[in-house]
Amino acid sequence: MALLEIKNLGISFGGLRAVDNFSITIEKGQLYGLIGPNGAGKTTIFNLLTGVYKPNAGTILLDGENITGKKTMEINNAGIARTFQNIRLFKELTVLDNVKTGLHNRHSYSTLTGILRLPKYYKVEKEMDEKAIELLKVFDLDQEKDILASNLPYGKQRKLEIARALATGPKLLLLDEPAAGMNPNETKELMDTIRFVRDNFDMTILLIEHDMKLVSGICEKLTVLNFGQVLIQGGTADVLNDPEVIKAYLGE
Amino acid sequence: MMSFISYFINGLSLGSVYAIIALGYTMVYGIAKMLNFAHGDVIMIGGYVVFTVVSTMGLGPVAGVLLAVILCTVLGVVIEGVAYRPLRMASPLAVLITAIGVSYLLQNIALLVFGSNPKSFTSVVTIPALKLAGGKLTISGETIVTIISCVVIMICLTTFIKKTKAGQAMLAVSEDKGAAQLMGINVDGTIALTFAIGSALAAIAGALLCSAYPTLTPYTGSMPGIKAFVAAVFGGIGSIPGALIGGLLLGIIENLSKAYISSQLSDAIVFGVLIVVLLVKPTGILGKKISEKV
Amino acid sequence: MDKSNKTNFRLSKTLKSNIITYGLVIVAFIIVQMLVNAGQVSSLMKGLLVPLCIYTILAISLNLTVGILGELSLGHAGFMCVGAFSSAIFSISMLETIPNAGFRFFLAILIGAASAAVAGIIVGIPVLRLRGDYLAIVTLAFGEIIKNVVNVIFIGKDSNGLHFSMKNAMALNMEKDGKMILNGAQGITGTPKNATFLIGVLLILVTLFIVLNLIHSRSGRAIMSVRDNRIAAESIGINITKYKLMAFTISASLAGVAGVLYSHNLSSLTATQKNFGYNQSIMILVFVVLGGIGNIRGSMIAAVILTLLPELLRGLNTYRMLIYAIILIFMMIFNWSPKLIDLRKRIFHKSRTERERV
Repeated sequence: MALLEIKNLGISFGGLRAVDNFSITIEKGQLYGLIGPNGAGKTTIFNLLTGVYKPNAGTILLDGENITGKKTMEINNAGIARTFQNIRLFKELTVLDNVKTGLHNRHSYSTLTGILRLPKYYKVEKEMDEKAIELLKVFDLDQEKDILASNLPYGKQRKLEIARALATGPKLLLLDEPAAGMNPNETKELMDTIRFVRDNFDMTILLIEHDMKLVSGICEKLTVLNFGQVLIQGGTADVLNDPEVIKAYLGE
Repeated sequence: MMSFISYFINGLSLGSVYAIIALGYTMVYGIAKMLNFAHGDVIMIGGYVVFTVVSTMGLGPVAGVLLAVILCTVLGVVIEGVAYRPLRMASPLAVLITAIGVSYLLQNIALLVFGSNPKSFTSVVTIPALKLAGGKLTISGETIVTIISCVVIMICLTTFIKKTKAGQAMLAVSEDKGAAQLMGINVDGTIALTFAIGSALAAIAGALLCSAYPTLTPYTGSMPGIKAFVAAVFGGIGSIPGALIGGLLLGIIENLSKAYISSQLSDAIVFGVLIVVLLVKPTGILGKKISEKV
Repeated sequence: MDKSNKTNFRLSKTLKSNIITYGLVIVAFIIVQMLVNAGQVSSLMKGLLVPLCIYTILAISLNLTVGILGELSLGHAGFMCVGAFSSAIFSISMLETIPNAGFRFFLAILIGAASAAVAGIIVGIPVLRLRGDYLAIVTLAFGEIIKNVVNVIFIGKDSNGLHFSMKNAMALNMEKDGKMILNGAQGITGTPKNATFLIGVLLILVTLFIVLNLIHSRSGRAIMSVRDNRIAAESIGINITKYKLMAFTISASLAGVAGVLYSHNLSSLTATQKNFGYNQSIMILVFVVLGGIGNIRGSMIAAVILTLLPELLRGLNTYRMLIYAIILIFMMIFNWSPKLIDLRKRIFHKSRTERERV
């Protein structure tokens, strides 16, 4: 069974069909790319997938469970985590606390336990610290764990967002333009990190990206979106060589 | 029935005062994105100026109102320039607290100059009351003048914003300060102009309010100020027709609940209606919907 | 080896900051108590000791809503009002039933906190759906409603038990032996004066304990994540409604505790514009903003200074509130003006580099 199965998804804003009849199937462990020109509706699909918008039509199945129209919070609990195109970190929290907030639902103690500082508080906090630092190490952020997230350089903020998303223990990770604003070296490093995450966390990843080097370098399958509709789907090499795709990107 | 009509008209009159004050709140909020808590106290200052000119100096009410308008306009511009402008880019909360400081300042200046004893205010309205339905229904001169003033102000202000360059600049600044600046609009000047207009309106509201409720203390402005602020939110803050609708509704609800339910609970009812309105329509009756881009 | 040291250092940093905060309260208490014992404190100042505790608790509790949750509340005095009246009604009606004043006051504090928490939930559920200035104005409205409603409630007690009315004292239909407890706008008279400086300081410490421990816990992080980025918080599975309501309710409940101190420090209690109106709420907000939004220790210090300031200026008589207002405006501009902040940073930076050169 596929991990993610979207059938005929659609949404319109004030009469405009932003996404229309969108279907996709992603197998477990796949590294899947969603590409297309600006305004094609890629981020809208992420927003539909994570419950920020409610779809007008279609169904979303995650691991066989119907998550269509559920709340953002419930969808995260069901196993989808994401990053944002315009980075959304908890700016006034430290790097470590950003990741620990991601661990919120996996390592739990009650508010009263926290206020009264019962033994369980110390035990769970220690677990969370260890787990969070382990994650930060993957992204080479453990040296910066005590500084405020807003003080991180841009590239590291993007990485921290991925670390925070992973902390929630998702089955499917959505990355919205992870390489935006990175230089070629950083992008290369990021590609390695994404591969590492897929291999070591058994992750399935769907990413939106404009950087074709990254897309062709790590994605196994691609879906090209144009004007809210699927232009073509298939293996990365086939899709990128398709004349239709070239036309959509470069014009006539 | 006659008593209902009379309560209703009185409510309309009170609501007109609220609307005039609310205009000041709503314009300043729309353009400077700040809650000017000192606005109510400018009303009070306006009241004292009229009182001084009419009762102490013995001049006519027209001179009193005119002088109040001039002084309050200057006061509004000075407050903006001295207290608010340095904080233009600061947190809105800091500006709010500064406005509260200005409010205390104005109240205490009035307290020092005029003392805490209530002054009995001589009405600025000289036209006689209107008797209708064979004397069963009396509409006071104050009521008539207040309602007419409100209508005239509304028409003038709307025309000003639609037809003049300065008015268009105000709209532009309220939409996007940065873009307006790039288009060559003098943002600081436009904000100062907004405070000037708002404060001039507050002076008129002060004269009308004190004519209808003729006791004047340094705290006279604060409760009507808060109510007018509620009216502005009620109608959708930032919207000029919203301020009118909000003000009128608030005045009518307040007067009717005072008459028919309980005078002690009238404020609670007014605030209760506000809460219900905001829960149904979270940005007020005519407010724009705000949505966040993800 | 190096890493584990760093972890310890971080923990000790929060711990150190907390110890300074608690220490400040305890040291201030000891100094004041010594001055009182030595007869160095005027009766006027003595009268201010409990109010100082009240305002400190209010400032800390409001900082939880404004600084930690990031929502502007202008109705904090309303929750204080609920705590004050509910506990005073309890204390008066239990005067004979629970003769032990200490135990009765302890229960009164719990009742005040619980009632204010219930009010917090009732207000919070609708209010927290709104955002920004709209939320602020609705909390203001709720605060005013609470104050107004208290003024039309009549409660009396006779041999048959408690009587309740919202009309007038006659409508209570009490027996001859009946005693008024809450008499509408005339309020409550005869609340036992149980509040002392010591109890006030202990309650400040309890408040600090609750708020500081909450901030540095799992729930605290969740609350601050909602403040910093609501959408991101939802995307990582945080139940934002739950944590918003939690912070708001705890904050309301602590304001209720301050209310209990307030009502048990005065023999007669009425709900007026001055003590429970929006002016009071704004005053508390001033403490928070001036002391530093989200800075618990700062808001405590601001509460103490701003409560003492008008009294210290008393020699200046009629000018004191005027000066107070000017100081407030000046401090706000000094603390918050972007230009001045920039200037301070530069001067500070310069002096530091110069020092380093030396």
